[in-house]
Amino acid sequence: MAEFTLPANSKVRPGKTHAAPAGAKRVGSFRIYRWSPDDDENPRLDTYEIDLDACGPMVLDALIKIKNEVDSTLTFRRSCREGICGSCAMNIDGTNTLACLKPIDEVKGAVRIYPLPHMPVMKDLVPDLTQAYAQLRSVEPWLKADTPAPPDAERLQSTEERAKLDGLWECILCFCCTTSCPSYWWNGDRYLGPAVLLAAYRWIADSRDEATGERLDALQDPFKLYRCHTIMNCTQTCPKNLNPAQAIGQIKTLMLERQG
Amino acid sequence: MAAANKIAVMRSELGRVRALGAGRAGTAHWWAQRVTAVALVPLTIWFVIDALRLAGLPRSVVAHWASHPINAALLAALVLATFHHAQLGLRVVVEDYVHGERTRMALVLLIQGAAAILCLISLIAIVRLATVV
Repeated sequence: MAEFTLPANSKVRPGKTHAAPAGAKRVGSFRIYRWSPDDDENPRLDTYEIDLDACGPMVLDALIKIKNEVDSTLTFRRSCREGICGSCAMNIDGTNTLACLKPIDEVKGAVRIYPLPHMPVMKDLVPDLTQAYAQLRSVEPWLKADTPAPPDAERLQSTEERAKLDGLWECILCFCCTTSCPSYWWNGDRYLGPAVLLAAYRWIADSRDEATGERLDALQDPFKLYRCHTIMNCTQTCPKNLNPAQAIGQIKTLMLERQG
Repeated sequence: MAAANKIAVMRSELGRVRALGAGRAGTAHWWAQRVTAVALVPLTIWFVIDALRLAGLPRSVVAHWASHPINAALLAALVLATFHHAQLGLRVVVEDYVHGERTRMALVLLIQGAAAILCLISLIAIVRLATVV
């Protein structure tokens, strides 16, 4: 039967509130999802109020400030702080994006911060991405060619051929798109999701790759590729402004073309 | 955590994701859905216009209209396209939202069976209407 509510031990309860320090003029309020595997409690929503004048402009700056000064148990992934590593992907104000690229001022009212939707939560804002990584591995995202490379030289590719990879190679595998897709929510075990399909297309579109037929064979499946119903959440949410929906559309076009 | 969780699945994540491999089907259904959709646009418009024109007229007039080969053919095409499109669409809905394998298969059989029967009934009705003397 369909589940219309969360299981009882998953329902998010209101949590603690940490008030702003005295004398703070610009106060920002952050409502953050908290859950620990070390206790038996339900997830909760903690509220942190911080002085925005003593904080950097991005949501990640606020998270780091909270962890440093208010509550060191707040757990989240982060690394480059410049939008290139993909570690800090999370749901901010209802949208999946990178915390290090999301200005606090862009959010009206309290900033609601949740982990990426419909992923197993390891702790607080940290999702378990092992299934997504396994799906990426399953499309074999590396060059496959029977023609040997020229000795002591690179495989040649024209400017036009290289241009076809623009918008595909820049993906940082943050999985904001994949976890924004309702089809991935309901069928994530069998549907590959926009990020992995974009990676698959990056190799299908590469003129140096000679295994295009095999790559398309591997996607010829009602679930792996065809759970995409052009919902378009992926392109809307990508923090790097890439277009996974278009890449998937191009895969579908090639699938049709090879059938004659 | 609460009580000890017995681990029933020790298969690797990659093994689980690769699962049974690609099903080697999908493009045909995807294309058929779009072909029937495109076909249904002019067919439905034609049917609505003619049906409104024929509304309230005696059965003999409607039968005469349906006996024209073009009208009969378009009616049959409408019925075939509609039921094929509907059956494909409902199948996708079931695949999306029903996760028990047996329940899913049973529902797909039910949907395809119902679409086939209703399609046959409609086609027979068209033939009977078109061949009224």
